[in-house]
Amino acid sequence: MSALKIKKGSTSHSAYNLRPTFSDEPETHTLAVLVDNEPGVLARVIGLFAGRGYNIESLTVAEVDHTGHMSRITVVTTGTPQVIEQIKAQLGRIVSVHAVHDLTVEGASVERELALFKVAGAGEKRVEALRLADIFRANAVDSTLESFIFELTGAPEKIDAFADLMRPLGLIEVARTGVAALSRGAE
Amino acid sequence: MVVQALKDQGVDTVFGYPGGAVLPIYDEIFQQNDIRHILVRHEQGAVHAAEGYARSTGKVGVALVTSGPGATNAVTGLTDALLDSIPILVLTGQVPTFMIGSDAFQEADTVGITRPCTKHNWLAKDTDTLAETLHQAFHVAQSGRPGPVLVDIPKDVQFANGTYTEPKKADTTIYQPQTKGDIEAINELVEAIAVAERPVFYTGGGVINSGPQASKLLRELVEATGIPITSTLMGLGAYPASGENWLGMLGMHGLYEANMAMHDCDLMINIGARFDDRITGLISAFSPGSKKAHIDIDPSSINKVIKADIPIVGDVTSVLTDLLKVFKAQGKRTNKAAIAKWQAQIADWRKVECLKYVQEGKTIKPQYALERLEALTKEHDRYITTEVGQHQMWAAQYLGFEDPNRWMTSGGLGTMGYGFPASIGVQMAHPDSLVINVAGEASWLMNMQEMGTAVQFRLPVKQFILNNERLGMVRQWQELLHGERYSHSWSEALPDFVKLAEAFGAKGILCSDPDDLDDAIMEMINYDGPVIFDCLVEKHENCFPMIPSGKPHNEMLLGEANTQGVIQAGGAVMV
Repeated sequence: MSALKIKKGSTSHSAYNLRPTFSDEPETHTLAVLVDNEPGVLARVIGLFAGRGYNIESLTVAEVDHTGHMSRITVVTTGTPQVIEQIKAQLGRIVSVHAVHDLTVEGASVERELALFKVAGAGEKRVEALRLADIFRANAVDSTLESFIFELTGAPEKIDAFADLMRPLGLIEVARTGVAALSRGAE
Repeated sequence: MVVQALKDQGVDTVFGYPGGAVLPIYDEIFQQNDIRHILVRHEQGAVHAAEGYARSTGKVGVALVTSGPGATNAVTGLTDALLDSIPILVLTGQVPTFMIGSDAFQEADTVGITRPCTKHNWLAKDTDTLAETLHQAFHVAQSGRPGPVLVDIPKDVQFANGTYTEPKKADTTIYQPQTKGDIEAINELVEAIAVAERPVFYTGGGVINSGPQASKLLRELVEATGIPITSTLMGLGAYPASGENWLGMLGMHGLYEANMAMHDCDLMINIGARFDDRITGLISAFSPGSKKAHIDIDPSSINKVIKADIPIVGDVTSVLTDLLKVFKAQGKRTNKAAIAKWQAQIADWRKVECLKYVQEGKTIKPQYALERLEALTKEHDRYITTEVGQHQMWAAQYLGFEDPNRWMTSGGLGTMGYGFPASIGVQMAHPDSLVINVAGEASWLMNMQEMGTAVQFRLPVKQFILNNERLGMVRQWQELLHGERYSHSWSEALPDFVKLAEAFGAKGILCSDPDDLDDAIMEMINYDGPVIFDCLVEKHENCFPMIPSGKPHNEMLLGEANTQGVIQAGGAVMV
């Protein structure tokens, strides 16, 4: 994601302002979509992205309110401001969607992702992997004489950076959860 | 329970086709007399008939089909209704819940297949919530921007007994779109109208969908401002064709004066239209000098294609009510001198007479056939449906519509085979009216099986076929774009339409001589029953004006001269 040199959060318009000044530069936005937790709702959302040719960079979904049958879908997407506005409007049209929040423009937000890294190696590389994991505050959640599994939580950029460092040290598999995000503050 | 829910929603007609997975519902239908069931001959016909019913009444049209192939055959109609924002409810049978996913006989993932071609759909898994789901389906279909909805009902859910929920007890809070426009933006629009020198109204199907009151308000607004008005294919009839500010239809085959006005205007007021590519032509050259106001109930329509300077999200009726209120309160200000000059400019464009054609010799020109049809039927209580192609564009150009809901055509999806079943739906809703389907022979053949329906239910629908033995619009594009190589665009082995009509027990009329045309049309009108009118017309007529793909509005083709090579590489890839 960072390699794409995408300008992040550079628009000043809110989700309800329909008079944006459109630029042609792609931006990355994190959208929080509150939906009814019912069968097929995820298919409706991702079907919209696939059918209209929008990007999905990361997608997470889970129930957040059991009694209210609500799920939260966090989707990271890239597009020109006009496309981002379309995505929000199209999502808002889906009957099962209750609310769409663009966390990138609606004030500051926190983004976190969890990832598991399997790193195999011996000797100096194994020691170096453990040392770097310590610096990144990654936990070793599984260990054999030839391998570790590290668990790391952080912003997507941090996960990327750790993966880059682990690659020459014997990284053989990565599992990432995708981004979960909330806006900062009491609201 | 299903039939009870339909009754409580005011449904009087259902178009359908039975099958294994809907037998319990058909059994209920058999034991009552409140809802008429119209047996179609193909499920696609049922959905188009429901669309015709909905478009001509403003009510929700209902179709009932079985699982598997019944549901997949309904897909074209659902997509058609989605693109044209037509409120319909399709009920599909499904294999019993305990067999779902087992590749059972006539099982299809109906909810999955129809998800992208419905506004919303439901799989009803529980008899106790079935009634509420059906009421919600009606609510979603007709609120906000209307559209098709589907409820898939497994057979065991149909058989089981459950508690019935009345319509007013159903939870409709699930979907409550915004209908009231932002008053600040409305004020801004009134201000823009006050100073505009070359304003134009560009209206669409949203005015029709908003209900008859919207058309009334639109007429009032046009008369009060004196601003010229054009409309999309879908919006014809919202403003009367005989109105003095009427410019005619705009777009790819729109009138010269309408397209020129759109190109040169300084204020464009879009009411319930969506800047479709048939309208805009080359987007970068679309009405370059104008401020654009856009009134639409669907926020996703705004800024989708064309950036709106004054966006107003809301229902047309509500927004026009507020707009008129503010406009009157502020003394009905317009720039009268400038608009008079603008009207004079438009009068000059009218002098081009872009719809002029020459009727000579013994061959009927399709334009002439429609002009005569118009002359002989316009005093009737008349409804027109069409198929898709040249005849559809000519019908839009040469027929005049004085009222909304009188014109049913497949605009967004362009579905050949739409018009005939739609005419059946319209006739069911308006049994005593004159319902004419203006068709091409190729489109008409796509759903010709519905002759059986028309005859069985004694529906006097008139099938007015402009027969050029060609896929006329395809042929026209091949002429303009593909070096006159007419690849598979002519109709061979056509049936004898008169004998075909007779084989179904209907009446057939053949007309090939312009001198016989009037009598033949009168014979069609006066016959009390379905008629296939085979009107043999000029085979190589092209439909003009035409904005070639990839061209702006002010570069229309007006006639046969210089049509070769007009579509360049950039436009050739567009449709």
